[in-house]
Amino acid sequence: MGDEAIALGAIDAGISGVYAYPGTPSTEITEFIQTHAPEVRSRWCTNEKTAMEAALGMSYAGKRALVCMKHVGMNVAADAFVNSAITGVNGGLVVLAADDPSMHSSQNEQDSRFYGRFAMIPILEPSSQQEAYDMMTYAFTLSEQLKVPVLMRVVTRLAHSRAGVEAQAPVAQNMLNPETERTHWVLLPANARRQYASLVAKQPSFVASSESSPYNKCVGAEGRAKLGVVACGIAYNYVMENLSEDDDVAVLKVSQYPLPEAQIKALAARCEELLVAEDGQPLVEELVAGMVGADYPLRGRLTGDLPRMGELTPDNVGVALGRVSEQPYAAAQNVVARPPALCQGCGHRDVYNALNQVAAEYPNARIFGDIGCYTLGALPPFRAIDSCVDMGASITMAKGAADAGVYPAIAVIGDSTFTHSGMTGLLDAVNDKANITVVISDNLTTAMTGGQDSAGTSKFEAICLGLGVEPEHLHVVVPIAKNMEEITNIIRQEIEYRGVSVIIPRRECIQTLNRKLRQKRAAKNE
Amino acid sequence: MNKIDIILAGVGGQGILTIATIIGDAAATVGLYLKQAEVHGMSQRGGDVQSNLRLSTEPIYSDLIREGQADMIISMEPMEALRYVACLNSKGKIITSSTPFKNIPNYPDEQALMQELQSLPNVTALPIEDMAKDGGFAKSANVVLLGMAARYLGVLTADQLRQSIANVFKSKGEAVVEANLQAFELGVKAAE
Repeated sequence: MGDEAIALGAIDAGISGVYAYPGTPSTEITEFIQTHAPEVRSRWCTNEKTAMEAALGMSYAGKRALVCMKHVGMNVAADAFVNSAITGVNGGLVVLAADDPSMHSSQNEQDSRFYGRFAMIPILEPSSQQEAYDMMTYAFTLSEQLKVPVLMRVVTRLAHSRAGVEAQAPVAQNMLNPETERTHWVLLPANARRQYASLVAKQPSFVASSESSPYNKCVGAEGRAKLGVVACGIAYNYVMENLSEDDDVAVLKVSQYPLPEAQIKALAARCEELLVAEDGQPLVEELVAGMVGADYPLRGRLTGDLPRMGELTPDNVGVALGRVSEQPYAAAQNVVARPPALCQGCGHRDVYNALNQVAAEYPNARIFGDIGCYTLGALPPFRAIDSCVDMGASITMAKGAADAGVYPAIAVIGDSTFTHSGMTGLLDAVNDKANITVVISDNLTTAMTGGQDSAGTSKFEAICLGLGVEPEHLHVVVPIAKNMEEITNIIRQEIEYRGVSVIIPRRECIQTLNRKLRQKRAAKNE
Repeated sequence: MNKIDIILAGVGGQGILTIATIIGDAAATVGLYLKQAEVHGMSQRGGDVQSNLRLSTEPIYSDLIREGQADMIISMEPMEALRYVACLNSKGKIITSSTPFKNIPNYPDEQALMQELQSLPNVTALPIEDMAKDGGFAKSANVVLLGMAARYLGVLTADQLRQSIANVFKSKGEAVVEANLQAFELGVKAAE
């Protein structure tokens, strides 16, 4: 799997730590390192920002660190990420962002390459599992040479696709070496200006590195060609899938940024027109437009030759290359959508049954949801939640809505999402005595991504009390059918209370519970 | 060049990824190139799941199969098999379970669905779950299905798949390996 290739590449590149919060399609990287490299520090972090900062600290100390997250995690880590480009690094630091074009398991399809460009650091975008592996050692070396973090961007179709990979001999971990220049790391304005000037001054060397990168190369037609294709990352595969040897097409494969401007201009000069194929948003297309000028025929997502949104496929790239694919069979008639659903026996089901029952008594009730399995409560049969925006937004949106006069305003958030980004919002609500009811649906794990440890397990009551929730308005219940009356009574009573209440329905995720039972049985049989 | 492009389909939890793992192990053992794309996360919770599995004697570029280019659909569920019909090439085969998995309220009319399925050429549809249950290996319906597909795989032999079944289930003990080998034989025979 692409994720496993990245993980093995990082282990063999001599990382001393991986810092991550689970998020599809990035989760398997950290899981692989946890099971295959006990010498690497790899406990799950509370969120992407704490992960990014811890990794920067490890880099400060001279060792190599990897940070992994899904694309929206970059938003959470952004403060630390952007500033890590200003401080620069000591030990190699690689940030891995796994984007999800087509939103297979996400709320948007933002393109992490913008973050790399924003922070003004080199970006790597592998096209294959083998490259993903090879690029890890390359990325850490590059990071240490250029003294900046390096962003590696992959997409779902690489992260979750398997292929054979050849491994190299592993590199030893760096020695502890925190002897670095203090002014680089203390970003007071005077230092920060100097550091930023140094980052700006490094930009030509980043471009030079891209121009000579082994991962940026021209293939296909030599000399004058009808069409030139700038194929970024995994898009290269879809282009090559559609080409045969006698096609009059020249392809520039781009897997390292900033863009190799000289190579792109040379390609444009020898081709009649250019096509930019990139998965995600049309970042390269816009930049290439600036390089070749307004009169040059340039095609891509912005011109409609490729779809403006959604992931690239060998089919839509084929269409842009003028390939007609035969489809002997029409789509079948007797097929309907099969959306995902909460598992049978899942505690979230009981939570929504209770909430729906009480909410029916309050016609103006609004339930603000959050990110996790329980987001599926938006679908039938529950249709229970009115919003799902970003990690932690349930509590803060409920507060804002309550401030505006919505009553009852109820937040539903999972245990892992609460510690990720819900705690600070709860403190806001307590301090302002907001009239909200918060339900922390605790299944003792990070379930959506496959059951990773949840940072707050067994600490939730203490956290809530510590943040100032009144003990008489903090309740723990067990969400099973026979407790329905007790649970609905508590919800009703806390809706009636004009302040912050927290109800914690707690029951283990049915998936992790079954997995443990299976393991126990297997152990007994041995 | 000798190649096969397969779409594996089913409902989350039915075991299509195990089929992919067995084929992948066999492909790696004999030195075939392989690409296998799958989707994790939200789609797994009782929703439809699908994996593109490509095997070839030559390097493979795309992780995804082009529409109209798949040689075979292997599906744990009849409606899920139908979902990908437009992906098949003209000689494409469908190997599927004939037993519907109804976890949605608007599942299509069963008779109409089976009729549409059977109207396609090159379809093998069998009640693999019942077959596995009757054979005493209820949990191995997916391996029965693999057995049904074995003779059409071309780039891999049945013996290579048997060896990989042994490899993949080794950690679960001899009894599990044996049950899955039996399930595989049942599928091989049923497809003859």
